[in-house]
Amino acid sequence: MNLTTIGLGLIVIGAGIGIGSIGKGAMEAMGRQPEILSKIQTAMIIAAALVEGVALFAIVLAWLIS
Amino acid sequence: MQIRLRITIYFIFLFFISTAVSASNEKSGNAEEKGFDALSMIMHHISDSHYWHIVSYEKPDGSEADIYLPLPVIIIYDGSLYVFMSSEFNHGEAVVKKGNNYFKLYHDKIYVTNETGDIKTDAEGPPENLKPFDLSVTRNVASMWMSVMIILALFIPAARKYKGKPSMPTGIQSFIEPIILFVRDDIVIETIGEKKADKFMPYIMTIFFFIWINNIIGMIPFFPGGSNVSGNIAFTSILAVFTFLLTNINGSKTYWKDIFATPGVPIPVRIILIPIEVASMFTKPFALMIRLFANITAGHIIILSLTSLIFVLKSLYISPVSIGMSLFMDLLEILVGLIQAYIFTLLSALFIGMAVHEEEH
Repeated sequence: MNLTTIGLGLIVIGAGIGIGSIGKGAMEAMGRQPEILSKIQTAMIIAAALVEGVALFAIVLAWLIS
Repeated sequence: MQIRLRITIYFIFLFFISTAVSASNEKSGNAEEKGFDALSMIMHHISDSHYWHIVSYEKPDGSEADIYLPLPVIIIYDGSLYVFMSSEFNHGEAVVKKGNNYFKLYHDKIYVTNETGDIKTDAEGPPENLKPFDLSVTRNVASMWMSVMIILALFIPAARKYKGKPSMPTGIQSFIEPIILFVRDDIVIETIGEKKADKFMPYIMTIFFFIWINNIIGMIPFFPGGSNVSGNIAFTSILAVFTFLLTNINGSKTYWKDIFATPGVPIPVRIILIPIEVASMFTKPFALMIRLFANITAGHIIILSLTSLIFVLKSLYISPVSIGMSLFMDLLEILVGLIQAYIFTLLSALFIGMAVHEEEH
């Protein structure tokens, strides 16, 4: 029962929920306005990379602390 | 076209499975002697080293032999400079005597030791021996030089075409030019603005292609690739330091006023805001550094772990699954390499743009 492992699981849940809701918002926007599809896609990728960056800081810190 | 594409994909998949079959047969032979230490293999692939491992082959008598490329070691200790090839270290077994000093390679780092080559380690931590100032050409340095060569070989011919009469782009220029225009229009001009774009365009263009090409080379598992440059935190930290220096040296008056004397707030709030703003000045490049390092290193660790599933589980039948997952992660990592290069570049340009932005009155 290692706390680091539980912490890593929580980090992954956070990243999953974050990127999932970015995707959801992007899909809805693409459905409403298909003509700006590529802009929405670019913005979605950027936002997903930023959220993933936060999750990865936490993973690096968890690895350092353990 | 559809059928041919599918047949090609099946053949590539079968090829990977067949190499996995031969790999697992070989390793399960000497599994009784030593268990497979996945962690040390992964750490060895991720970290830097003074040799470049080219290939391993099986000698006729059944033992494994490796071919290494030794790289120059350049160390400064006690005021003198020693340059020699890393083959003298004999993979960490030999103690090298130069002048009056003895050096030994322990876990890929050089330590100063005595004649018998003692490395004093406390229980779990790093060794307590002194280390010389290490400027060696390690695997990461050699790989960075190689990617610099690739960048020069790509761009100098493309740029030469603009010297005379610019005509329709052909060859390598037609591939590079849309990417350069994308970086110029959608990254630099969007964030920094037309007036100051030319000042920062070389830096932004360079880091985009440098990071992208280093990511791609890191994904190649055999000789010219196989060194984890962009997953090395020293590499990403230097790039983040460059961005930090560029934003703060070129900061306009508005930028500094917003940090230290935020307009429109009363003095007590300003006193609270100043540490927050100064901290944010440092955390932005820090985030750039960690994001690139963690994404690339995590990708490499995942791919190595999935591939070493075959050896850990010591089973033949896991290999299609393992190879399939590794293949998927490989393709994802190629995409992530591009995305992370783009994000680093975009955020650097954004920070520079926010710093040089002059308030229009």
